[in-house]
Order: sequence, then structure tokens, then C-alpha cells
Amino acid sequence: MKIKGYRRPDGNLGIRNYVLLLPTSVCSTQVAMEIANKVTGCTAFNNSFGCCQVGSDARQTYRTLVNSAKNPNVGAIIVVGLGCEGVEPLKVYEDLKSTGKPLASIVIQEEGGTLKAFAKGCEIARTFAQELSLMEKVDADISELTLGLECGGSDTTSGLGSNPACGAASDLLVKLGGTSILSETTEIIGAEHILAKRAKNPEVAAELLQLVRNCEERAKALGEDIRGGQPTPGNILGGITTIEEKSLGCLYKAGHAEVQGVLDYADIPDGKGLFVMDTPGQDIESVTGMVAGGAQVVIFTTGRGTPTGNPIAPVIKITANKATFEKMKDNIDIDTSLIIEGKQSIEAAGEVILNEIIAVANGKTTKAEQLNHKECSIYKIAPTF
Amino acid sequence: MYGKAVLINVKDNVATVTEDVKSGQSIVFLSEQKEKEIEALDDIPFGHKVAIREIFLGQDIIKYGEIIGRATFNIQTGQHVHVHNVEALRGRGDLGGKANEN
Repeated sequence: MKIKGYRRPDGNLGIRNYVLLLPTSVCSTQVAMEIANKVTGCTAFNNSFGCCQVGSDARQTYRTLVNSAKNPNVGAIIVVGLGCEGVEPLKVYEDLKSTGKPLASIVIQEEGGTLKAFAKGCEIARTFAQELSLMEKVDADISELTLGLECGGSDTTSGLGSNPACGAASDLLVKLGGTSILSETTEIIGAEHILAKRAKNPEVAAELLQLVRNCEERAKALGEDIRGGQPTPGNILGGITTIEEKSLGCLYKAGHAEVQGVLDYADIPDGKGLFVMDTPGQDIESVTGMVAGGAQVVIFTTGRGTPTGNPIAPVIKITANKATFEKMKDNIDIDTSLIIEGKQSIEAAGEVILNEIIAVANGKTTKAEQLNHKECSIYKIAPTF
Repeated sequence: MYGKAVLINVKDNVATVTEDVKSGQSIVFLSEQKEKEIEALDDIPFGHKVAIREIFLGQDIIKYGEIIGRATFNIQTGQHVHVHNVEALRGRGDLGGKANEN
């Protein structure tokens, strides 16, 4: 099956063609966002961290930022630094050279403040954006797509309708040679035994079980019932009673494909097929991780309804809750409530979703894109010092 | 007027209602292609669970053919099954490391 996209110098295929403003720390985020707002064709990573972080937490933030810029939807990169932060702008710049993408860096302390950095950034952004506007789309195979699977604001219609449909779409993509990423480790608690049986070998199964065990131990170490945070109050209102029930429903969005491997947060898969990424259940941190992992497109199921998007990848919203679809039409792209009414098969809904993925890959804008929803947030794993 | 529910797996002891159901109303669902009928003993909102058989204190709640929690009260057929009568077995830091033993 064919799609159209932008061929990057590193060989990857983008389905969007952004100049990315990449702030290396919270101190340069404002300037980066303002440049992106000024120049058409830009997007910005809203970075709240990047300084005074230690060890694995610092490495994770660094990896998320660099890999986000490697996402094939990014055509050109402008690193925006303050100059003294932990995530060193020059190092980020050097690490991104291998992408071959048009690349520049601006350091606020070197430019002499906000106004000068803004002016220089706008000039570079304008030049890059015009260069990208000259690119022509090329024919490509759908197997070049990496799909992020997300569910948020779940209710019991998620486990009954939208997640199984999402899983059917993921299975279709994997059969066509593509890649899918399942995330949200918290929402595997209680369903890990099922997922582990689908691992391609005992090592992957063991990694998966360990991942979930670690996550549960972190939650238990707080001395509280995880039900204080998971399921969320909205999940509970929607009929989800326990984390186990939520997880079993969540798992359907990964379909039935074999699990090829387990990824650290924001890591890029080293092959095709279904991968599991270690992320929290919090939607924005989860989607940010998968997009840093190379997902060019995300399908996002919801029962309660949610408006969020991403600065780099289009996010397609799907619900099986008819009332939510009617109420939040400007946020939700696909209604799969016919499954709940017994009038549509899960397979048929999966095909509808795959066709929408293809349409969006070919340029159709999602509702989150149209309404400028660009939420993003890095998963922090240690205190800031 | 019947209320409708979906039974996902034959092992399940709860079904999910697909419309708001009032106490006293009949609920109809399919189990192994056969239509079954129970009477709602509570008001049950859309998407929430109803017990389709009697569940005793301490017994597992089964949905998707899997354990989703444990009954904290005796639950009668037709009662609403939710956080008021079910506890999770996982992620229970409040139990001081004694969770997940069974």
C-alpha cells in the first residue's frame, strides 16, 4: 500500500514538513515558541526541563529532545539554547548533524538577549521554512510508517470498542510491514501476563514483565493505593473500577501482533512490527515519548473525550462513546460507537482507522492539528536539583 | 423497556451496560448466542458493570475473562459492580507490601 511523504537525507519518510524549534532548556523555551509562532511552517517542542537534572533523568531528557528532532516529520532543526544549561546546545547541535537535515543553533547569551536571539531565529526559520516548502512529496510504502498507540480519558467503551478497533488497525499496519508502538507501562499492570505470551522470545517476555514489575513497585513505594491516581476520577466515572480493568481494556489497542522488543522512553525501535515503550500512563508524556521514538502519526482513543495533540506528529482521535463524539465533535476524528451497538465489526472499524491513517499521512489535517493542539511533555524520572 | 448489556467473555461474572439502566429494569445480554435476562437492583449508568451472577465477599471479579479485582461485599445478581464493592489487587502500596499475595 502506497503513501506520499517527504524523503529525509537520513532516508526516513516524513508525513509533515516542519522546521522544529528545539529549546534545550526551559529558559530558552519562550524564545523558541515565539519564533515558531512568528514564522509559518514552524513548530516548537515545549520543553519545561533541561537543566539541573542528574543521571538517568538527565539522559532521558536529552534523549527525548534529540530523538524528537530526528523524527522524520521534522525537515529542519533550529536548536535554541540559553547557553549555561545542562542540556548543552552545542552538543545537541553536534548530535543532530548525522540527520543531514538543515540545522542551526542560536544561543541567547551569545546573541545578546531575547530580541536579538528572536530576530536571528526568525531569519533562519524563514529561510529553512522556504527551503522545505520547495520539497516535493515522493511515493513511499506504508511500511515506512511508525504508529503511536495511545488511549486517554478512557471509559469502558474504550476497552469494548475503540481500543479493539485501534488494535485491528495496528495489526493491519504490522501485516503491511509497518511499526507500532504500545506505551503506558502503568496501564499494562494486570494484563502483563497476556502481553508477555506474545513476546517474540523469552528474553523479550522477561523484559516486559520486569518493566511492569518496576512500575508497580515505584507506585507501591509511595505507600498508597494506585487507585488514588489510576484509574483517574474520570475513568471511574466512566465505569472503570480498577487498574487491572483499565489495563486489560488498554491492551486491546495493541491488537494481536507479536511483541518484537521493549524500548526505553523515547528510544527508536531497531526493527519493524510491534514494540512496547516504557512510558507513564499520562497521555502527553506517553505521546511525546512515542513521537521521539519516531512515530510519524498517533492514533488516540478516548471515552471521556480529550483535545490534545502533538507539535510534531498528527494525532487522530477515536471514540466509541456516541455521546462523547456528539459533544466533542471538534476534537474527535472517528466515531466507532457502532461497535458498541453491535452494528459494526471490530475489523471493519480497524479498516476505517487504517484508511484515516493513510489519508492523514497523505496530508489530511486532524482536528487536533486544525485547532493547534501541540501539547508535549517529557517524562521526568528523578527530582530536579 | 429492556436495558442492554454486553458480556465480553463467557467466564465473566459482570456485564457492561450500554445504556443507562434504572433499578427494577430488566437487562438483556447475549451469552454464548443465547439471550439472558436479569433484573437491575441498582441504577447503573452507561458503561458501568452489573453482576450477572452472585459474587461473594473476597471472590474475584472477572471481565475480559481475566481478574479485574476482588469483591469487598457480597454482591447480588443485578447489582452495580464498581469502586463501592470492588478493590484492586495491584498497585496497592497502602497495604504495606502485603498486596498481591493471592
